[in-house]
Amino acid sequence: MTDKKGFFDLSKTGLTRRTALKGLAAGAGLAVAPGFVRYSQAQSSAPIKIGFQCHRTGIGAAYGRWYDRTTAAAVKAINEAGGINGRPVEVIIEDDGTDPGRGAEVVGKFATQHKTDIVYGTLFSHVVIGSAPAAGEAKMPYFVVSEGHHVASTKLNRYVFQPGITDVKSQIQAMAPWIAANAGKKVTQIFPDFAFGYDHRDYLPPALKAQGAEVIAQIAIPPTESSFTKYFPQIPAETEVIYHVMVGPAVLTFVKELGEFYGSNRPQLFGFIDSLEATDINSPGLEFLDGSHFWEGSPRYAQPDDSAAQKAYRAAVGIDDNGAAIGDPKDVSTAAHMFGCWETLYVVKKAMEDAGYKGPEDRAKLVEATEALTEFAEGPEHPQGPKTFNGKIHQCFGIQNISKVEGGRLNVVHKTKIEDGLYEPEGDYTTQPL
Amino acid sequence: MKEASPAKAYALHLGVIVLLFALSFVLPEYHHGLLARIMVLAVFAMGYNMLFGYVGLLSLGHAMFFSAGLYGAGLAVIHLGWSVPAAFAAGLACGAFLALVIGVLALRTSGVAFMIVTMMFAQVFYLIILYFAAWTGGDQGLVVPQSARVLVLGSTSLGLTNPTVRYMSALVLFSIVLLVTLVVVRSRYGRVLVAIRENEDRTKMLGYDTFSNKLAAVLVSGTICAASGAAYALLFGYVGSTFASVQYSILPLLWVLLGGAATTLGPLIGTLFMYHVVDVTSGYTSAYLLIVGIALILLVLFFPRGILGTIRQRWLGWLP
Repeated sequence: MTDKKGFFDLSKTGLTRRTALKGLAAGAGLAVAPGFVRYSQAQSSAPIKIGFQCHRTGIGAAYGRWYDRTTAAAVKAINEAGGINGRPVEVIIEDDGTDPGRGAEVVGKFATQHKTDIVYGTLFSHVVIGSAPAAGEAKMPYFVVSEGHHVASTKLNRYVFQPGITDVKSQIQAMAPWIAANAGKKVTQIFPDFAFGYDHRDYLPPALKAQGAEVIAQIAIPPTESSFTKYFPQIPAETEVIYHVMVGPAVLTFVKELGEFYGSNRPQLFGFIDSLEATDINSPGLEFLDGSHFWEGSPRYAQPDDSAAQKAYRAAVGIDDNGAAIGDPKDVSTAAHMFGCWETLYVVKKAMEDAGYKGPEDRAKLVEATEALTEFAEGPEHPQGPKTFNGKIHQCFGIQNISKVEGGRLNVVHKTKIEDGLYEPEGDYTTQPL
Repeated sequence: MKEASPAKAYALHLGVIVLLFALSFVLPEYHHGLLARIMVLAVFAMGYNMLFGYVGLLSLGHAMFFSAGLYGAGLAVIHLGWSVPAAFAAGLACGAFLALVIGVLALRTSGVAFMIVTMMFAQVFYLIILYFAAWTGGDQGLVVPQSARVLVLGSTSLGLTNPTVRYMSALVLFSIVLLVTLVVVRSRYGRVLVAIRENEDRTKMLGYDTFSNKLAAVLVSGTICAASGAAYALLFGYVGSTFASVQYSILPLLWVLLGGAATTLGPLIGTLFMYHVVDVTSGYTSAYLLIVGIALILLVLFFPRGILGTIRQRWLGWLP
């Protein structure tokens, strides 16, 4: 291609001394402009940039909305208290569409375009697993709030942490003693036939066996199923407890059909609230759940014995006593999980302060400082409760809540101990090179 | 449509390859990484285009071919500890075998029935991945270890996680597939495929075995898609069932329609365009899919044959 106007012909640009001086003057003007001054002080007062990998669209959108609100509230609180190492925190959000392919691209975008200090906030397991290689390759600390066992399994890499929410293996193990002692010894499991269900399928039987109870049947429901009645005759007659972890929109149909199948004479029901996060417990069709029990990471409904820290946290993230958005009772929160965002950000703050973190060149120090953490005391930074942290498997351990559905709300009837959820580490991330 | 001289057509394609090579040295870091991913997925689109664009067979099941390559290569590394070239070959073999089997069965139908049958087979493939979760990682997927993603060439070891190596690997794959596509569509066989698309009965009357030709097209198309999937697993380190879902059967269709069906460079243009529209708009609003939808409607209105297809129709009739 030829360019008749000589646009690419530098010999014809007519660059004179006067033009050069004008250019230099313009450059000097830019250098003293307010924005440039702010930029040049990057090491001392530029914001700590946190890349928030958010499920704004896709199957995780309801969680993403509340993770977003909790993150904004935590960052506001951190900034009002002086930020991290005296620097304000800035959150940059990218939507991953709850898709692992896009998730990996988003991590790459944070690392190479936004140049954030860390990436944080992912919930869905497949997005975490799909994004983890990108984080490891970019040597980007990646703090997830996922509850999956994938981090603690040590099958990801040294840059992936889950310090703000317990993993599902720990949760299941902590539930077993209460189920065996209070609900029944003969348990039938109903779970979705994919990975979330498999965690429950694999970890519950040994946990119950250790408590003198047993799983007498495991019923896997295909993910494409929309009607469940045909599966219920597989539930053995001697079943004392039905342990259910159905997730997604089908849960309303599942509960309704279970109610029609059993009527008023049903076994005990125990479920994970994951099924009903962001769903009103008083929705039509869920009446059958009255009197049943659920695991909750953090209670959706305000409890009489809530600590001052818990009350302050709820006010900060904007949820009322029923766990819905203040001013919009229909906008039910994902309270059982979203506290993990708040707590993770405070763990990041603590680790950055311990590491004397200044910028991306200190990411390795940040990893080591996070691994060196051992416990988090209950308080404003950890309103859900006290936790321990195992730096070898990058996973925290904490208390769990068991709540009963009664009077159209969830009341906490039991809190487990941290020790109930501990298990032997399956590996050691600290042996991997940084 | 005018016929381009071979030299002109090859010069254009070699020029695109040289441009992509040169971009490696000037692109900002983020766009460098993004373009590597786009080139791999453009290969997927080129495989799709081979069947949809040139034979006129609309499949809604090509995610299974991509996934066959993805899992074939990924699982060979994860469970069998195979080297990168062997794993890539395994991915190709899985895709080719699957394409052959699906082709034999699905080509008994045509039109809407072909679309539905391919979609059903893809759904079966997706559910098989979930069913054998112990090996495939189910819906969560599996990470291909970074330590295993090393290409050993003689005494040289190239880490596929290195951005430059990754970009160049993607470019090599893209270039080979682009040139193979060009050769195929300009060949006698390529013209038979177009003849089948335009009028299958007349092609039969001329003495061509249309079933065999279509089966060969499914085989080539499926193998190219599998090459893309295998490269994705090895270059980006993740295999997951999401890539076998119906969404990933529709995406190559969109990329091809956008870029221009039955144009050799259209799949690259379409993939580039779609990726950047999503990337830019998602930074401004969570309703970015709405903007993508509007962009698609505008394209259909003003570029009904896709970007390159319309350019060929209106201005550059010689474009292959």
